[in-house]
Amino acid sequence: MRFSRTAAQLIAALLTISPVVAYDIQERMLYPAEVETSVLRVISTADLDVFDPILLAFQAENPGVSIDYIVTETADLMQALYTDGASFDLAISSAMDLQTKLANDGFARTYTSPVTEALPDWARWRNQIFAFTQEPAVVVVSDAFFAGEQPPQSRDELIALLRESPERFRGRIGTYDVRRSGFGYMMATQDSRNSEAYWRLMEVMGWLDAQLYCCSGEMIRDVASGRLALAYNVLGSYAQSQLATTDGFRIVELDDYVNVMLRTVLIPQTAQNISDAQSMVDFLTNLAARPDLVAASELPAIAPETFQANTALRPIRFGPGLLVFLDQLKREAFLRNWEDSLVQN
Amino acid sequence: MRAPRAVGSIRQRLFYQLAGVAAILSLAFFLIVRVVAEQAAESTQDDILSASATAIADSLRSEDGGVMLDLPYSALSMLGTLSEDRVFYRVYTNDATLTGYDDLPLPNRTPRRGEPVFATFDFRGDEVRAVSVVRAVGSANALRNVIVTVAQTRLGLESTSRTITATATAVGAGFFLVATGLSLWAASAALAPIERLTSAVARRGPYDLRPVTAETPTELVPLVDALNSFMARLRASLSRTEDFIAEAAHRVRTPLATVRAQAEVTHRKLNKPEHRLAIREMIRAIDESSRSAGQMLDHAMVKFRTDTLAGDDLDMRALIAEVCDRLGATADLKDIDIRRELPDMPVPVSGDGILLQAALQNLLDNAIKYSPDDTEIVVRLEQGEELRVSITDAGRGFGDADLTRIKTRYTRGTNVGNIVGSGLGLTIAEEVARAHGGQLEIKSNQNGAGACVSLVLPRS
Repeated sequence: MRFSRTAAQLIAALLTISPVVAYDIQERMLYPAEVETSVLRVISTADLDVFDPILLAFQAENPGVSIDYIVTETADLMQALYTDGASFDLAISSAMDLQTKLANDGFARTYTSPVTEALPDWARWRNQIFAFTQEPAVVVVSDAFFAGEQPPQSRDELIALLRESPERFRGRIGTYDVRRSGFGYMMATQDSRNSEAYWRLMEVMGWLDAQLYCCSGEMIRDVASGRLALAYNVLGSYAQSQLATTDGFRIVELDDYVNVMLRTVLIPQTAQNISDAQSMVDFLTNLAARPDLVAASELPAIAPETFQANTALRPIRFGPGLLVFLDQLKREAFLRNWEDSLVQN
Repeated sequence: MRAPRAVGSIRQRLFYQLAGVAAILSLAFFLIVRVVAEQAAESTQDDILSASATAIADSLRSEDGGVMLDLPYSALSMLGTLSEDRVFYRVYTNDATLTGYDDLPLPNRTPRRGEPVFATFDFRGDEVRAVSVVRAVGSANALRNVIVTVAQTRLGLESTSRTITATATAVGAGFFLVATGLSLWAASAALAPIERLTSAVARRGPYDLRPVTAETPTELVPLVDALNSFMARLRASLSRTEDFIAEAAHRVRTPLATVRAQAEVTHRKLNKPEHRLAIREMIRAIDESSRSAGQMLDHAMVKFRTDTLAGDDLDMRALIAEVCDRLGATADLKDIDIRRELPDMPVPVSGDGILLQAALQNLLDNAIKYSPDDTEIVVRLEQGEELRVSITDAGRGFGDADLTRIKTRYTRGTNVGNIVGSGLGLTIAEEVARAHGGQLEIKSNQNGAGACVSLVLPRS
């Protein structure tokens, strides 16, 4: 098994070179079936090591299906499907706004099954986009920095704390560079419409010379090492998985509100292997039935009960509202505001 | 009597016509509800689209000589509240798309301020409803018109329309069923006066030829008038017939009586035995004619009256007594004693007095005629389960004649010998008995020679 996967990776690497594509492929992995009856071509923003157990489990249930798994950035996925018209059987992305745009502009196929019907209303849109994970944006705080101290529990507390002791925090706050990160941009825009406190927080963070990051991993690394006191809007699922291997940080879910990003899957119009794609949609949206895979991938499956237990958790709503911040003028205006607040030097 | 030919039922026709009207109304209701509801749904979508476009237009502003737009979140999110429809927008000015979908068609005509332009067309594979508003942006010397178009697919509208159609269908069908049920009831209710009138007419006795005065619906007044006029003519015709019968009886019997009296006188005057014999033969023939005429008239009257039998309350005892009195003289001629065995109290019977008397008179007359001189005839009235008037004589009886055949018309016993008779007497009695629901029993006298004839009637 190990050998065949290495071989497959080799083949995949060779394949990656051959076609000329306008979008960047970060990783590519082929999961060949022993007796191949069909090929499922997946374009995804989820890293291979996260999705590997899920793909293998799907293949175990559908032994005839070879899986061609391509990992890209969210923007590249969008370009591949929206601009380049590339053909994929499945598109998996953490960018809810871009997935919504794909569906709104007619790039997704409609699919209904008992499994997708069982999803809560907020976890699907037009029966074209289906959510299969719920991942909150959290605050990660350094154990060393907040030793013997209660970390802030709300944005107002955070703002007050930062204003109280600016010298402690100067240069030691991290957040996404929303100009570079799709996830960071989406969380920032959702923050901006959820609460006026967001812009005050950005002002304070800018004043305190906040560090900007491209990715959750780096923020967690710097918080754990004590270089940062806290990082704002870190992908909670990723932080949770890092907690197992990394010491020195804690996860704080603010109690005024927590935006919850939904990782989604859709079947593009250009799909060729629709029936296997539909099986995969059913498989993913029913992920909660496979706790082993949830544990292995560390992707939290859709669980409506968590939102009843903690009312501060707010799933980001699908719908045309998500298109607003994709508007070029809107984006420019937002980034200008953001830069004015945060990049003050 | 021939039954009238029934052609269809008014109730059925009424029902079908009312149900037809209900069906037409249900269909009209269905169509109207659909049209109105769909218009309401469409205007709801138009309103939201207008609000969205207006919100976008309101956030337009002029900046450095150009047009800037900070797309309000609510402008698009409000479109997602009612349905999961696809949304497109385009902001257009100076022959260029400022932002949005640059392939979204512009409105056919430039909208004026406060007057949005609506359009429906196909865009990116779906039918969309689009609204365009215009807004002037900029300073007075550099004013620019900006057109904001917002479009939305109509899947939500279609699903609303389907719901409305389903509801309208259900309500229309329900309305039709209820209306059909009510039609059934209305058809019955409308015919109730006719049925009341029918039963009022059918309940009438056979002699009841009075005009119908029951409550009559206006529409049936001509029919009832015609019926009443017909009954009046019938009444007149019946009374003429009765008058004729009475008149005929009188006219035939009286001259015969005169001829007989003259013959008797002549008989007494004649001396030659052969002449006297001839006259006796003549008297016998006259008697026979007179009886026959009387009985034929009786019989005709019986036939006539039994067709429409009266149901008068009578006293049988009195009827018998009257008949016995009337024939007392005839009996005396032969020294026959009529013994009456009657109850002390009146015996009520329902029927036609004239017919019952005719029957009794014919039976008693028969008994007298066939009885030898100086014998006794017993007239007995008994009340058991039925009313029985038996007349027993000591005559020659019926011999070996067939007792059932003897009651038929013009049939006489085999042993009548030289006694005059028409053979109608028993027939008359039999027919009267039948008309009253009874029968005539003929037996030989159990206490010796002679016959016992009983008129048996049901008790009233």
